[in-house]
Amino acid sequence: MAESGTIRATPSLKTRVALAVAAVLVLGGALVLVAALAYGRQAAREAYDRLLLGAAADIATTITVRDGSALVDMPVSAFELLSLAPDDRIRYRVVAPDGTTLTGDASAPMPQVSGSAEAVFFDASFGAEPARYVAVTRLFAERNFSGPVRVIVGQTLLARRELARDIAQNALVVLGAAGAVMALFAWLVISRALRPLPLIGAALASREPTDLTPLSLSAPREVAGMLVSLNTFMARLERQSVATGNLIADAAHQLRTPVSAIRAQAQLAAAETDPERRERIVKRIHDRASGLGRLLDQLLNRAMIIHRADSQPATPLDLRDIAVEVVEACDDLALAAATEVELDLPGAPIVLRGDALSLTEAGKNLLANALSHGRPPVRVGVTGGTRPSLWVSDCGEGPPAEVSAAGGSRFIRTGRVGGSGIGLAIAHEVAEGHGGAIRIVRAGGRCTVSLDLPGRVP
Amino acid sequence: MRRLLACVAAVLPMISQAAELTAAFGPENAVQTATIRSTTDLAAIGPVIAAFLQTQPGTRIVYEQWGSNELYRVTRQDCAAGRTGADLVVSSAVHHIVTLVNEGCAASHASPATATLAPRLKWRDQLWGITREPAVMVYNRDLLAPSEVPRSRFDLLDLLRPSDTRFAGRVATYDIEDSGLGYLLAFSDSLEASTFGGLMETFGRTGAVATCCSAEIIDAVASGDYLVAYNVLGSYALQRAREDDRLGVVAPGDYTLILARAAMLPAGASSAGVAQAFLDYLLSPAGRAELEARDLFVWLGEEYGAPIEVSGTVETLERPIGLHPPLLIAMDADKREIFIQRWRDAFPQKGVDRKPARARHRTESCEKQGTEIDPRPAGPSFRMTVPG
Repeated sequence: MAESGTIRATPSLKTRVALAVAAVLVLGGALVLVAALAYGRQAAREAYDRLLLGAAADIATTITVRDGSALVDMPVSAFELLSLAPDDRIRYRVVAPDGTTLTGDASAPMPQVSGSAEAVFFDASFGAEPARYVAVTRLFAERNFSGPVRVIVGQTLLARRELARDIAQNALVVLGAAGAVMALFAWLVISRALRPLPLIGAALASREPTDLTPLSLSAPREVAGMLVSLNTFMARLERQSVATGNLIADAAHQLRTPVSAIRAQAQLAAAETDPERRERIVKRIHDRASGLGRLLDQLLNRAMIIHRADSQPATPLDLRDIAVEVVEACDDLALAAATEVELDLPGAPIVLRGDALSLTEAGKNLLANALSHGRPPVRVGVTGGTRPSLWVSDCGEGPPAEVSAAGGSRFIRTGRVGGSGIGLAIAHEVAEGHGGAIRIVRAGGRCTVSLDLPGRVP
Repeated sequence: MRRLLACVAAVLPMISQAAELTAAFGPENAVQTATIRSTTDLAAIGPVIAAFLQTQPGTRIVYEQWGSNELYRVTRQDCAAGRTGADLVVSSAVHHIVTLVNEGCAASHASPATATLAPRLKWRDQLWGITREPAVMVYNRDLLAPSEVPRSRFDLLDLLRPSDTRFAGRVATYDIEDSGLGYLLAFSDSLEASTFGGLMETFGRTGAVATCCSAEIIDAVASGDYLVAYNVLGSYALQRAREDDRLGVVAPGDYTLILARAAMLPAGASSAGVAQAFLDYLLSPAGRAELEARDLFVWLGEEYGAPIEVSGTVETLERPIGLHPPLLIAMDADKREIFIQRWRDAFPQKGVDRKPARARHRTESCEKQGTEIDPRPAGPSFRMTVPG
């Protein structure tokens, strides 16, 4: 791993969440501000409209008819009511049925709608300033005076604006405080939520370079998922690392003896003068070299199988196809041993998930062992059930006891090059890679080596 | 308003748009000149202006003394025409100034000095109450035994109750039809307490005299023609009482109206800066001291050395006339008609007495009350008016 992966640091999670929260607050703030302004304006308008109406109604009740004309005894209370908007200018006008102004400011505006018995609010100006007016109508039906008398009262808008501003301002202050509290809580929560990440980083950084054992840390569910993946990844890494180590050790161990034997034979051949004996020695060297070649094949096969166990995705397959392929692949061996291989297959497919190549390789090795070391008749078969298996049986004694005992280990050594040990080890690796196991049963004069696999695909 | 103006015009056919008195203070070649129009007696306010100019070198102030109705009219016309005749307008007829401000004729001004004013004494940062003048009762010390001295309106009613009372026909007050200030005080009385109704009724029954002008009323009390004068402006009564031992001054113990002359800055004034400075000066401790020295700023209570007799707690009896929109009602045509009708009902003799009384008693002090316009030409030179 000479080149290191490029890790591009995108903006931190805290920054992102802070931005998101800020965006929410700003957007929400804008909305609330608009709403508060509208509400404030509405509330102020209603509140002060009531004042206007109260004052106008107050004035209307003081209108009396005397000697055929209306007289307004302007009430102080009306003006005190209007003075609740302390800085606003006031204008009023009382208009007789014939349109003449009884009292007040004759230039005060009349409402557009006329003839309504209801109070009418309207906007108009008061000098240079905008103002709000109300017109209240009081109907008279006296002998000498009848018709509607209209009372118009208006006021400038200073107090309304101030109230609206106050309301909006208060809303904004509350919103700001709420925003600050939300931001604070968000920051606390995020800090807390992200705390496992530095912990994991620290735990990994403080490890020995060769330590690939799983991390055991408590973490929130989201982070725990990542942690499990990390542990799985590390387990795979460790398995591969161990497998590589084993391969090297095995190769060294298994190859040393045959290579020294070949070297010794070659020295002998070099010293031999008799062509006939020399010819024999050369043949032995050739045999040894062939055996060495097979051994190398097996070692590499095994390494490949271990690699595949971690890298090849499992696909659905029929175990019977594997058995047929195994037998076909070992045709030449069977011929060499002058033995017929019997195939024992069930009628229904035995479907499961696995790596066909690895399984075939394991079966070939088991069959090769039986053909090389066992006694005919040799059978290859498949059994279904909850634990389907691919098995090979012969009438020999099976692998030596120490090989059987070491069935789970790679280190197998027999007297002969290309002995049954390595084949069994390959089968063992495949079984393990598939979550299964190797089982050796001796019964009825037969020895059966079966590769048991986990249950079929549902 | 139309009816009021029509009425005034009818009564005063010689009305003219001119100041009664004009005086100039400060150097002729001053950098800036401000014009002040006021109803306040030049004699009283002149020294205050002079004191102010000590602090403002290079400033000239032209002071015009006006009658209140005329001042209202000219200021209103100026406002409507968009011109400004004065940089500062001050009137004792505060309802006039409230009306002018309500019509948008005033400019705003806010300063640390105006901020010290009580809320009742300012409105919209366009109107300020600059003086403090109680409405008092004046009596003749020689003719009234100490036990008879009316300490409140109820005492006055009690004096007038007996059918053979010697006070009948010897109690005087302003004629509210002639005097803008009298109208304002009577109107404020009517808002303040129900006593006013009883008082008017009693005045009418006992033939109380409604007449014009502080000077005339106070002179008559001093001479013994009247025994008691009701609702006289304290600033003026005090000045007279200091010179005349026969006069006693009482702040009514039930309540005492306190009038603050109202000042406004007409919108668009050319020398608004000087006017604002003068206004701030009047509201400052130094200006207050000057006003107090002229009896334009009067505190009730012995500790201030004022010879006003007070019975009761000063804090509770003072009723400052708020310079606020409810005063607009005082300008309402119908309201005025109703109010004056009530007044006429109470003073039936007035119709007979009125014209001669007015003619007889026209004095300069009438101008102080802002009731009538003396058509004297305004002299270009400085001329002091001495009350009395």
